[in-house]
Amino acid sequence: MNSSGPQARLVALIGLAALLFSPPLVLIFDGPPGAGPSWLPLYLFAAWLLVIGLAAWLMEHRQEES
Amino acid sequence: MSADPVVLAVAFGYLALLFVIAAWGDRRAEQGRSVIGSPTVYALSIAVYCTAWTFYGSVGRAAVYGPSFLLIYLGPTLAMLMAPLLIRKMVRIASTQRITSIADFISARYGKSSSLGALVALIALIGITPYIALQLKAITLSHAVLVNYPEATEFRLAEESFWTDKSFWVALVLAVFIILFGTRHLDASERHEGMVAAIAFESLVKLVAFLTVGIFVTFVLFNGPGDLFRQVADSPELAGALSLDAVPGGAIGWVGTLVLAFLAFLTLPRQFQVLVVENVDERHLRRASWLFPLYLVAINLFVIPIAMAGLLLPMGNSNPDSFVLTLPLSAGVEGIPLLVFIGGLSAATGMVIVETIALSTMVSNQLMMPLLLRSKRLHLSSQGELAGWLLGIRRVAIVMILLLGYLYHALIGDSYSLVTIGLVSFVGAAQFAPAMLIGMYWRGATRAGATLGLLAGFLTWCYTLLLPGFAQSGWLDSTFLEQGLLGLPWLRPYALFGLEGFDIYSHALLWSLLANAGLLIGVSLFTRQSPVEQTQAALFTEAMNPGLQHTSLWRGQTTRGELKSLLNRYLGAGATARILYETHDSHADETPAPPALIARAEKALSGALGSASARVLINSVVRGEALDLEAILSILDTTSQTLEYNRRLEQKSNELARIGEELRAANERLRELDRLKDEFVAMVSHELRTPLTSIRAFAEILRDNQELPEEKRVHFLEVVVLESQRLSRLIEEILDLARLESGRLTLNPQRLDLVALVRHSVDAVHRLQEDRGVALDVDLELDEAPVIGDPDRLEQVIINLLDNAGKFAADEDPHVRLHLARYKQNFRLSVEDNGPGIAPDERERVFEKFHQVKRFGTTSGKARGRPRGSGLGLPISRGIVAHLGGRLWVDEAPTLHGACLIMELPSAP
Repeated sequence: MNSSGPQARLVALIGLAALLFSPPLVLIFDGPPGAGPSWLPLYLFAAWLLVIGLAAWLMEHRQEES
Repeated sequence: MSADPVVLAVAFGYLALLFVIAAWGDRRAEQGRSVIGSPTVYALSIAVYCTAWTFYGSVGRAAVYGPSFLLIYLGPTLAMLMAPLLIRKMVRIASTQRITSIADFISARYGKSSSLGALVALIALIGITPYIALQLKAITLSHAVLVNYPEATEFRLAEESFWTDKSFWVALVLAVFIILFGTRHLDASERHEGMVAAIAFESLVKLVAFLTVGIFVTFVLFNGPGDLFRQVADSPELAGALSLDAVPGGAIGWVGTLVLAFLAFLTLPRQFQVLVVENVDERHLRRASWLFPLYLVAINLFVIPIAMAGLLLPMGNSNPDSFVLTLPLSAGVEGIPLLVFIGGLSAATGMVIVETIALSTMVSNQLMMPLLLRSKRLHLSSQGELAGWLLGIRRVAIVMILLLGYLYHALIGDSYSLVTIGLVSFVGAAQFAPAMLIGMYWRGATRAGATLGLLAGFLTWCYTLLLPGFAQSGWLDSTFLEQGLLGLPWLRPYALFGLEGFDIYSHALLWSLLANAGLLIGVSLFTRQSPVEQTQAALFTEAMNPGLQHTSLWRGQTTRGELKSLLNRYLGAGATARILYETHDSHADETPAPPALIARAEKALSGALGSASARVLINSVVRGEALDLEAILSILDTTSQTLEYNRRLEQKSNELARIGEELRAANERLRELDRLKDEFVAMVSHELRTPLTSIRAFAEILRDNQELPEEKRVHFLEVVVLESQRLSRLIEEILDLARLESGRLTLNPQRLDLVALVRHSVDAVHRLQEDRGVALDVDLELDEAPVIGDPDRLEQVIINLLDNAGKFAADEDPHVRLHLARYKQNFRLSVEDNGPGIAPDERERVFEKFHQVKRFGTTSGKARGRPRGSGLGLPISRGIVAHLGGRLWVDEAPTLHGACLIMELPSAP
């Protein structure tokens, strides 16, 4: 129906991924040194998996539609 | 630790297994049962991105630079998310143009330029050879660690001569493998099925190996990740190890590395090879766009635990790059170190295989072929098949590239850690990004711009990364690193123009891309494209436009025979027959080749030789210029514009004709109305004059003849009175009509019984009709018919209808019938006669003012004293009925077959 829909969603996901992977969001999760190891790697893996999950949902969902 | 013969046997056994898998893949492909036609295999083959650098180097980088190693994989994640938009377009272009490599891609985009293709191939060769060297170094190093542990290894490396250097032999075995499975077909744009199957298998092996060692370290050496990270938290020297502080260049370095990995993922020759050239189905990109990032997550999951474990445990003077091996070795377990070694070997060989195929294709198609074609002697004397020659060139190139890699490794390899070499290559490959990406979306990018941009980017890269690397290895005097070239401080390679605070890679990437893209855009704005460039630019930027898919662009002329001999010479007889759909008809050689055939021949040559060489060869047999796309587009534009113009013109003229018709009709109507008005005036004058004349005549008689007998006088006076009445009636009617038309007619609507009214009216005209000899039938179906109306006016209408019917009834035995009945919510009063009736097209006109129905076959119009009507009765009647919410019309007479006037009034509520 709306042909620009899936494409727009994908573009939005790319934007979200770029935002999650770069400063300043990365800086927020970079825990202060001295209080144990930084949370940064954990945050990165979580954001990464979230993005992949969304992408998988988007791609396989779209495949059913088309 | 492990015995050297065992390690060697396992390593070469593993390589033999690769041969078997590749051979099996190729056999299955020949049988038409491809093993690689699945998106999962495609995603696994993309994982050739994870080289020995990932396998060993990620841990080293994590140990030294914290989480920055993840950026190398987050960049490709972003790129793969764009796969359905960006890579799909690349795949589409590559399949329609039979692109064989990234050099071919860029050369084809900029007008199939051989010089640009050669430049890209050269840059790739210079930029990627260190990367191949890095893989060979990883194999040697891991082997040395495995065999010599716990002795220090760096030492022994230098002592070995090349025939005892295992990496030399590995390189040779790989050369044999690549020659066997990478150069089976001349057409480099076809998939190397066996090779891809082997690569996908290797991706699985390295993943399993890395996960095994990761689980071993986390759950055997430590009690799970919780225990490991508690120990990390307890050791103060590791406090900042995982934070952004450990990342070189801080936040800027973070973004720079992310962008670098994103661009390199798209532009590294081996990635282009597996992503674009080896892609068989665009739809595989959907699955791969999330499956490949998932693979990356999996292979990076244990990098930080291993790195932290390596830093926590006392590992002696072990290099962080070797933690993956030394950790299980230090634990003293058998098997796992060997598995790790095989994993690293698979990561390294996978990369070397694909990279070498990609580079050898570039060297043969972009560097050697143009040279061969340029040398006249060879070109003219090459009557035999050049197919064998081409494959030979490619095979020699494979050996040369691997030897070059080995040489680089042997001479310079010790000075750099693994990750550094990898990133230098990344920045080198990223130089292709502006020409490729901008060229795919901006039609205006020109060859001159791309060439200058590439050169500038390449030189900047050399100056800011490659030469400093040489200097640090001791090949060059390293003073220029500190003091700048010629002692100019703003020319310091790591702080160009005084830009400091960046890590060296972000710094080099920024300046080289700035120079590259800046020149590409700037020069493009001031240079013109040749026709071929315009065509190619349009084909690349509009690749996803379905309208442009199958436009044949050749307009030149040649014969089938010439085309055949050309293809024979370069591709061999079998391929030629396939391309030309050979019929064994000797006369066919003389017939001109159709444009579609020429296009197919060029594509086939492109697949084997690259687009630039194919262009040169086709031009050598085809006479006449190729029609460029711009011309076609403009022709299309012009044609469609003309068509559109014509269409609009036709629409306008149709409209004009319609308006003309309407005007004509309106004019006709106006004339008719004018005529009616004239007639009306004439009629009114006439109608007024007739009674006036007789009144005057009788009045004069009475004046002049005083002695008239009494009865005559009375008679004359009666005539005068009658005529005066008629005159005033006429004037009354004209006034009524005027009031009706101007809407000033005043009615007194009230509830009344139509039946009673009809009876009353019939009584009023009864005498008159009897005098005329007209028989009047009254048929009232109802006892009561309540309507809202003005009784005087309605009576006037009914009398008028009856009077008219009496006038127009047949001369012989005149008959009039009045019928009143209910019809749905209305009452219908119809008055019919047995006269000649009214023709259907006259029926509406009887309601026009002064319209006189012509009486056919009338012998005496005024027989039985029927005077001509004024022609105002019916229009006035219709006006009155309409005012009362009813209708008055003429219809077919159902019983008497003459005219029938029907009045319909709504029943009162």
